[in-house]
Amino acid sequence: MELTAEAIEMKPDTGSTQKSVPDIYLPPERNKVADGGVPHVSAKNFSIYYGEFEAVKKVNADILSKYVTAIIGPSGCGKSTFLRSINRMNDLIPNCHTTGALMFDGEDVYGRFTDEVLLRKKIGMVFQKPNPFPKSIFDNIAYGPRLHGIRDKKTLEGIVEKSLRKAALWDEVSDRLDKNALGLSGGQQQRLCVARTLAVEPEILLLDEPTSALDPKATAKIEDLIQELRGSYTIMIVTHNMQQASRVSDYTMFFYEGILVEHAPTAQLFTKPKDKMTEDYITGRFS
Amino acid sequence: MNLGTRKLLDRSFTALGIGSIVIMGMMLLVVLVPIVFNGVTANVFRGTVEHRKLLYNEFRRGDKAELQREIVESDAVRSKAYAMLDQFEVEMSSMDEAKQAEYQDKYRQVKESLKALLGPRPGGDIPELTRYKYGQTRWSKAEEKLHELLYEKQWDYSNPDAEAKEYFVSRSAGFQGTSLVKLFPYVEENLDRMLLPEWTIYWGFITDSSIDSHIFGGIWPEIQGTIFLAIGAMLFAFPLGVIAAVYFTEYAREGFFNSLLRSANSTLAGVPSIVFGLFGLAFFINTLKVSESKSVLAGSLTLAIMILPTIIRSAEEAILAVPKTYREASLGLGSTKWNTIVTVILPAALPGILTGGVISLGRAAGETAPIIFTAAVSVGSAIGLADVFNSPTPALSWNIYNLASEHEAASEIRHVQYGMVLALVTIVLLLNMSAIILRARISKKLKG
Ligand SMILES: Nc1ncnc2c1ncn2[C@@H]1O[C@H](COP(=O)(O)OP(=O)(O)OP(=O)(O)O)[C@@H](O)[C@H]1O
Ligand SMILES: [Mg+2]
Repeated sequence: MELTAEAIEMKPDTGSTQKSVPDIYLPPERNKVADGGVPHVSAKNFSIYYGEFEAVKKVNADILSKYVTAIIGPSGCGKSTFLRSINRMNDLIPNCHTTGALMFDGEDVYGRFTDEVLLRKKIGMVFQKPNPFPKSIFDNIAYGPRLHGIRDKKTLEGIVEKSLRKAALWDEVSDRLDKNALGLSGGQQQRLCVARTLAVEPEILLLDEPTSALDPKATAKIEDLIQELRGSYTIMIVTHNMQQASRVSDYTMFFYEGILVEHAPTAQLFTKPKDKMTEDYITGRFS
Repeated sequence: MNLGTRKLLDRSFTALGIGSIVIMGMMLLVVLVPIVFNGVTANVFRGTVEHRKLLYNEFRRGDKAELQREIVESDAVRSKAYAMLDQFEVEMSSMDEAKQAEYQDKYRQVKESLKALLGPRPGGDIPELTRYKYGQTRWSKAEEKLHELLYEKQWDYSNPDAEAKEYFVSRSAGFQGTSLVKLFPYVEENLDRMLLPEWTIYWGFITDSSIDSHIFGGIWPEIQGTIFLAIGAMLFAFPLGVIAAVYFTEYAREGFFNSLLRSANSTLAGVPSIVFGLFGLAFFINTLKVSESKSVLAGSLTLAIMILPTIIRSAEEAILAVPKTYREASLGLGSTKWNTIVTVILPAALPGILTGGVISLGRAAGETAPIIFTAAVSVGSAIGLADVFNSPTPALSWNIYNLASEHEAASEIRHVQYGMVLALVTIVLLLNMSAIILRARISKKLKG
């Protein structure tokens, strides 16, 4: 089935760069998501600076709701910077500022009256290195809900179980919820972090290289998880692994030196890249 | 560099390291062993019947009937010595003037020595000061006093170039041919029956008040004063220090004002403690008038100012050591900055913060200079909790100094001085040990 991409500006196919893409990147067929596909996050001439240095340059893009969008590109091209700007995690960096506009649900993320705390509740993030709190598994998951005022033990227990089930971790940890989360394996910790993020019921899930610290088995579990969550959440995932991008995503953004070079349905970007640079990158001619 | 040299270097460095550690350990032993050994003698010693009399009279402690029996028993032995004195007095009154004058002074010394040893003679006037009401309470001291009774100290000035040497002459030789000669061997041989020494464990040294400015009794007022002052200092300095550290690490923007504050903090950490003492007097007592004169409150505040820089710095370090990822995780979940600090960062930094705190607590307990002008008195009873706002208190650190150098009978109460030193060292060591244990426990809990 062909993916719809109403919101993505499609340039005419030049047809010149089709043959060289290796087969392993051929994305699997993907079904359409119900009531998704509207712009959830839109960047308009959006730039991010570290002091004088423009790390992300004048990006224009719409991220479609309920779909998985992958961000690829060589190291240092601004993937993390872009991702972290969406829930304003870059606020932690003292000299970081932005120009242009970034809209979330039609609201300016960097608007004067935007509450970044509320924003982060709606836009959850999972980081490259699993970062559970040095607390029990239960307290890790319950951290967010408690933060937002849920105190009732029964309700919390329900949320913890639901979140852990969604993150496909429940069966492995249900009997040791009171144990310290740092005692879990790396893969389990990362799924715990996903569960912790899901527990605050975000609309968007930002994943910054969530599997780069994990072994292949744990990676597969996270990828399965992303498939499970697709359709319920808007997901953005930064990855260095092209196969992963092609496996899990519906759309792919290719960044190069801060510029959004190409943004297209994954099937199209990996089989018929429009830009020469994209093609070179996915065929491994540079990195 | 070739392999041989490298190995040799490695080895010599290892040896150097081990050597310095061993030297440090020995130094510590050299300091600690005498303190412990002498300090323990304040609690454990051979107490005489005088000690038991004292305990009964001053604290109503001990078995009355048993004590009565002991008094009768020792008095029986003592009365013979007193009889010898009486006999000599009669003998003296029948001597001619010149002879009398010759013995008068020597005899007075003998009587004084015997009184120091056994206490006032029963039936005579009861002295005002408690210190004169009893004989020697400790057997080791009694033996010293016995020596004073038996021998007179004299100085040898024969060599004008060297310092005079002391030497002892037997007193009994001075009474040759009189009836008093018998007294000296009699006391020497029967002293234990006069004083009935017994091994005693005197826990009251820790829990009793002092009697007659530390001649007798315990050091509880000092211990309590030290605890009050140290805890009082913590009450002010710990919350303030942690808040300041949170401000420095989380809220302060880099800039001139901030770096000024930081260097002020570092400077403060290096200021000699006597300066804090004077500052405390000038600021808390004379300017702010937190109390009319010295008080536990003023002393605590002064100590708090002194330990504040250390607490700030250790808390800052502990907070900075919390992995950035915790902060990101918490903020990413929609937590406010303040909430992140309280629920994630401070708990994770707690071991470090507490360690700094407890070490500062130890320092507050041990410092002398800051409390000289602001809180400490030489002698006093334990104060109540309600009095901390306006009463000064004795405290271990100050009283160790005071007893050793300014007390009128400093050489008589060495055991009290050592006992205080041991108590202070123990308090500080216990605090540091609890810091280590606390830290290990929390770290373990955090690591899972
Ligand atoms: N805190 C910072 N201060 C200044 N410059 C930064 C900072 N963080 C990142 N940069 C710079 O911004 C650019 C983009 O960095 P970013 O971390 O977004 O790259 P990335 O695409 O995520 O790389 P990687 O694949 O290695 O994670 C890089 O040139 C980097 O050096
Ligand atoms: Mg990155």
